[in-house]
Amino acid sequence: MTDKYTQMVSKGFGRDIAKKLGLPQPVVLRRHQPGQPLITGPVLVQGTGSGADELASILLSWDLDVRRHAVPKEKLGAIILVLDELVHPQDLAKPVLTAAASLRDLAPNSRVITVSRTAADAADPAAAAARQGVDGLLRSLAKELRAGATANGILLAGVALTTSTSTLGALRFFLSGRSAFVDGQFLTVSSAEGQLPADPEKPLAGKVAVVTGAARGIGAAIARTLYRDGATLLLVDIPAAGDHLAAVANEVHGTALQLDISRADAGLRIIDHAVERHGRLDIVIHNAGITRDKLLANMDEGRWNSVIAVNIAAQLRINEALLASGHFRSSPRIVSVASTSGIAGNRGQTNYAASKGGVMGMVQATAPLIGRHGGSINAVAPGFIETEMTAKIPFATREVARRLNSLQQGGQPGDVAEAIAFLASDAAGGISGEVLRVCGQNLVGA
Amino acid sequence: MSVNGQSAPGPKESTGPVRNPAESTAAPAATPAAAPAAGAATGSAAPQLRRAVIVGGNRIPFARTGGAYTKSSNQDMLTAALDGLIARFGLQDERIGEVGAGAVLKHSRDFNLTREAVLGSALSAETPAYDLQQACATGLETVLGLANKIKLGQIESAIAGGVDSASDAPIAVSEGLREVLLDLNRARTLPQRLQVLSRLRPRDLTPDAPNTGEPRTGLSMGEHQALTTAQWKITREAQDELAFNSHRNLSAAYDAGFFDDLLTPYRGLTRDSNLRADTSLEKLATLKPVFGKNLGSAATMTAGNSTPLTDGASTVLLASEEWADAHDLPKLATVVDGEAAAVDFVHGKDGLLMAPAFAVPRLLARNGLSLDDIDFFEIHEAFAGTVLSTLAAWEDEEFGRTRLGLDGAFGSIDRSKLNVNGSSLAAGHPFAATGGRIVASLAKMLHARGRVDGRPARGLISICAAGGQGVVAILEAH
Repeated sequence: MTDKYTQMVSKGFGRDIAKKLGLPQPVVLRRHQPGQPLITGPVLVQGTGSGADELASILLSWDLDVRRHAVPKEKLGAIILVLDELVHPQDLAKPVLTAAASLRDLAPNSRVITVSRTAADAADPAAAAARQGVDGLLRSLAKELRAGATANGILLAGVALTTSTSTLGALRFFLSGRSAFVDGQFLTVSSAEGQLPADPEKPLAGKVAVVTGAARGIGAAIARTLYRDGATLLLVDIPAAGDHLAAVANEVHGTALQLDISRADAGLRIIDHAVERHGRLDIVIHNAGITRDKLLANMDEGRWNSVIAVNIAAQLRINEALLASGHFRSSPRIVSVASTSGIAGNRGQTNYAASKGGVMGMVQATAPLIGRHGGSINAVAPGFIETEMTAKIPFATREVARRLNSLQQGGQPGDVAEAIAFLASDAAGGISGEVLRVCGQNLVGA
Repeated sequence: MSVNGQSAPGPKESTGPVRNPAESTAAPAATPAAAPAAGAATGSAAPQLRRAVIVGGNRIPFARTGGAYTKSSNQDMLTAALDGLIARFGLQDERIGEVGAGAVLKHSRDFNLTREAVLGSALSAETPAYDLQQACATGLETVLGLANKIKLGQIESAIAGGVDSASDAPIAVSEGLREVLLDLNRARTLPQRLQVLSRLRPRDLTPDAPNTGEPRTGLSMGEHQALTTAQWKITREAQDELAFNSHRNLSAAYDAGFFDDLLTPYRGLTRDSNLRADTSLEKLATLKPVFGKNLGSAATMTAGNSTPLTDGASTVLLASEEWADAHDLPKLATVVDGEAAAVDFVHGKDGLLMAPAFAVPRLLARNGLSLDDIDFFEIHEAFAGTVLSTLAAWEDEEFGRTRLGLDGAFGSIDRSKLNVNGSSLAAGHPFAATGGRIVASLAKMLHARGRVDGRPARGLISICAAGGQGVVAILEAH
């Protein structure tokens, strides 16, 4: 549920009061519902090169209301800024300022999406400057947008084109309500791998997915989202959480496996269960994690070791088993849950942040290994998410924490799940080794 | 459970030592009591029976009465046990052939307890269900009855179960009040009603509290067992040792993760609340006798070597081999055969809980087996004295000759094969739920053991019950 303040100020009298007093004005975000269109309203595709032209014609084939030039005063659903041919920072002015003229016409919950090339591939300093400039531009623009509108970017690396499968997949994700709480972020498409789904409503049809830590919170939301997207589920949690796990499994028609993932044989047990019961294994979501917060000065061995063991050592060991298994070879997908604590740090969470930073390191280093089997591995780093855990934070601290992002509200467990479901899908095959933040563009540790 | 999922080569060929139950029931019928039942099931044109396999089980942790499940009804607990089973095996919206379960202590409103639990579970609402009650043997009897239906081809899948709450026990109104209320309902006029009400006496307002006493003797089960324990000269030390082993074995099983795929937590409980992992023979020795106190020095039964009143529920998933295969589910063990017996405890011929001492010899004889052919013994620990009296009777030459009609003693068992993962003394004993607990655990143990001397590992279950009854069964590794 959206928090009470957001409900109050998102319409009518409450909205007027908040506006007059200069209070934060979060809106109820557009979130994906089955059967909902990708986006409502015209989509303005800006850019003059062939990459933009080709992309625009594909968007037309999706039955979107595509514009190549803005119509004054017309409310827009999205602006797609194709900047794939930048060679000098001076090249930014024309397309960016043209887009600027349309910003006031953006509808609530609309989207701005840039498509550009990674600076690392640039042939010369000027091109690198131009490409890296997009990073700063996009992140700043995301902070300027209001009313649930977000800005995110797609970076093309190596052979990737504006029309590569995963460019289109990422574009669909960013345009849709699935990316509601993703703001000011980039996804890098680095290969032509991947496949768009036959049925966009069931992108995971026929896939068998494992979700660890699925008994409650974000894990349960991941299970529900993957189920909605067509996956068959194997849900894992510690035996002590078995009752909640069973309830989630029965809701999503999956099987429950009570297993401590830090056991040495956890990987094999998971693979065996998936193959024996469900005939295959396509997707593994490493969601299970624990916190044992203490200032480092007061940290003891038990707190430190248990967090490292569950949050990162277990994932490493399970991945080793997965990569060695002949059953995990058909476009396999691994998605790990990291945390913005692992990026920006968090007081009292040295152990947790070390484990989550570890997850990101693992993802980057595992990408080439799983790539040999045509697979991908990525991480999602949630920011402030409204869960049972964050509900226990004292009121004032919680209220500050949830407003400290561009969308001025906390995310839902389902928002994290949507990002994971996308990265687990065939459409994201060309995206690997990435960390996608689902944080509403948290103001700290950008 | 999945130990790499390798099935033994050619498991479907039941050649050689693997018996066809229909054949083996034909000849022996040595013991008169077994003859009618066995004879009826046999015939020259007996059909080739299918196998009934145990896929797995699920129970909730057992709780001492007045503990974690004080506010839980039988229906709540049975539904929870079913939902855990459904989640473990992915049976959501599945139409199971039949669900059979029961409770010993049962409210009159629970006349359709099992069906109501099914309707409250994630199973298809088109799953039929029935209630069964055979005192403490309820759970095992549901397994045997449903396995027989599968063997006969009447159903492809079944869930057997049992539940009991001594916390949420029914309390009845007195006979006097009940008669008045019924007559009042039948009365048509005001004078008639007043006349009926005038029969009411203050003592009629005292409710009938539930008790576990035997209606025909007035003695509690513990007092009955105290007599038997004394009769077989079972020592206090032997009973305490059995109780100690039960706690130690159950505790070790939990620590080894044995119950990870047999149990689903409930209401904050993740282990059986009666389990005392830190108990010792010294501690057990300090407890005062609670049963047979009038026996003087022969009073040996304490709260430590007797099971406490317990709340809990258990379920077992049974299937034909075809159904299990079609659903990609494991086949842990087969239900080979079962036997019920009863003793005349009313006239003191045998102890109240001694029926299994007769049922087991009959069952093994019918299957051409001896105690030496059994790899795991699961003898329900109603009281430590019950288990030890049964074993003593089997080792007794005179009992063997005069009561079992054998040439001598029936035999003794290797104690290292007895209740190896603990039993009721440690886990507790929610009457109807004990059978399901034992069947699921034994099936898992048999599957892990696999084959012994070229034949499937074999387990024997023995459960004594109120009314002088007992139900026993043989399971084999699949």
